[in-house]
Amino acid sequence: MTRIEFMQGNTACAEGALAAGCRFFGGYPITPSTEVAEHMALKLPKAGGVFIQMEDEIAGIASIIGASWTGVKAMTATSGPGFSLMMENIGYAVMTETPCVVVNIQRGGPSTGQPTMSGQGDMLQCRFGSQGDYSVIALCPASVQEMFDLTVDAFNLAERFRVPVFLMADEIIGHMREKLVIPDTVICEQRRALVPGSLPFRADDDLMPGFPAFGKGYGVHVTGLTHDERGYPCATSPTVHEDLVKRLVAKVESARTRIAAYDLINPDAETVFVSYGAPARTVMQLLHDNPGENIGHLRLKLVWPFAETLLGEFQNAETFIIPEQNLGQISREIERHVDVVVVPVPKLGGALHTPEELKAVMEEHQ
Amino acid sequence: MSSDTWLREDRLPHIFCAGCGNGTVINCTLSAVEAMGWRREDTVFVSGIGCSSRAPGYIATDSLHTTHGRALAFATGIRLANPDLHIVVLTGDGDLAAIGGNHFIHACRRNIDITVVCMNNLIYGMTGGQGSPTTPIGALSTTTPYGSGEPAFDLCGLAMAAGANFVARWTSYHVRELTRTILTGLETPGLSFIEALVQCPTNYGRRNRFRQVTDQIEYFRSHTMLVAKAERMKERGEQVPADMILTGEFVRRNRPALGVRP
Repeated sequence: MTRIEFMQGNTACAEGALAAGCRFFGGYPITPSTEVAEHMALKLPKAGGVFIQMEDEIAGIASIIGASWTGVKAMTATSGPGFSLMMENIGYAVMTETPCVVVNIQRGGPSTGQPTMSGQGDMLQCRFGSQGDYSVIALCPASVQEMFDLTVDAFNLAERFRVPVFLMADEIIGHMREKLVIPDTVICEQRRALVPGSLPFRADDDLMPGFPAFGKGYGVHVTGLTHDERGYPCATSPTVHEDLVKRLVAKVESARTRIAAYDLINPDAETVFVSYGAPARTVMQLLHDNPGENIGHLRLKLVWPFAETLLGEFQNAETFIIPEQNLGQISREIERHVDVVVVPVPKLGGALHTPEELKAVMEEHQ
Repeated sequence: MSSDTWLREDRLPHIFCAGCGNGTVINCTLSAVEAMGWRREDTVFVSGIGCSSRAPGYIATDSLHTTHGRALAFATGIRLANPDLHIVVLTGDGDLAAIGGNHFIHACRRNIDITVVCMNNLIYGMTGGQGSPTTPIGALSTTTPYGSGEPAFDLCGLAMAAGANFVARWTSYHVRELTRTILTGLETPGLSFIEALVQCPTNYGRRNRFRQVTDQIEYFRSHTMLVAKAERMKERGEQVPADMILTGEFVRRNRPALGVRP
């Protein structure tokens, strides 16, 4: 039966994970993400799952990768400092094509920064933070409902693409309390099993190999070293390495318009806001307060892989305005895809942009 | 041990140097696993980075070759997510005690039902012979060219203090004892830690007066003493020579353990 709750974003995230079939959580407490772990600690044992508080965030993500290889859906949650510690094993999950979900309730950085204040400064780190070339999927919720919905999506995308998927929320959305509708059931995708007898890392036409879960008799070797289609280390062959890395990137990047998730408002506007996460709420307020003005809004729910074709939907666009709680991380991405004026509106410190601030920027560039 | 059951023969030749002690420990471990009657499809080998950690790549079970130092954290996830699997972690002194030291003590504290076999070659072999946390004081390595000035870790003492249920040490000389002891480790619920000292002729032996492979194995024979014997000597007020390596079982107990099947 559908439930209606008044709930905090972080708790809604945990509820979304449970609904999506997550049965393993390994993590380390860190503000402002801790409520995700706390709610999983409360609920997972009752759902037949496992919660474990590991000794640090490195172990947290290691444990979920290990759990995922037994075939279960697994998640961890953290914030900036813990996210930095996870980087090496995120690369390991990419290289070994391990489905897993990493929640980052972003706070102000660098370093310990502002543990209790909001930020969006990890948007490029989640895309580029581990060594080498790769591609991942990142979702950005802008409401408590989306903390639930996009967490479900994160699990489905992880299962389908066999990559770490990031829920890149922020402290404002994580700690906000709003109405939440929890549906009776949600769509739950399952990773496709490897056909017995086929090579464990030979991709099918969709660029993804089937999954050889541990304990099923596959006898699979999984390594972070460059490996051939048998999964065997093959770290000095230029062609094996190039083919593998290009496939790992292509399986995600080639799907970027197919998996794009967004709201697109007033596509004929000349002035267009592009937003994700908490700043999207200010843009929505601005549109609400100025019904007579034709203001465009592209709200990204899925930021990586970046679907640049969405920008082209605004054919009359003369100015893109991008409010972010960082110094312009996604503005840089947009700048490289369009020929019109791109105006970053960076705001640090944790406070949300006000509608007045955004209106002033808009008027300045009209 | 039947090699066609447990080894990926299509992976040969292996990367280990001539005279390396790791093969002995792999052989002893697989013999113990076979003696347990474990099936290949129910057994998982997990490792980190280093010479010892390449071993699971040659073993025909499911195997996870992870990041440097983190094998026990990955193995913890596997163990808790699927308690029906048997899990053995193969690691080395640098992987386990340097970069992985925190995971090691916490795995022992949790007393999680995993058997850990550490091939301690006293050196970073794979990267060319740098000092490790178990390099003895005075020993030469590429990063201790004037002799190591740091005291070394006692890995068994560490595992005992942190709470492992079963802790033992042997060497690559003591093939039968090592096999029997790994078997005991596999049988014991909770965390079993077995340290196996191994010769590294390429990067440790040749810099530290073990000119032949057999010189270091002979040293293991002549410079080891059963822990029980050492204790008897102490009780009698006799001096145990300072350069003696204590071998045998240090502890076998039944602390509360995580991940043990009911």
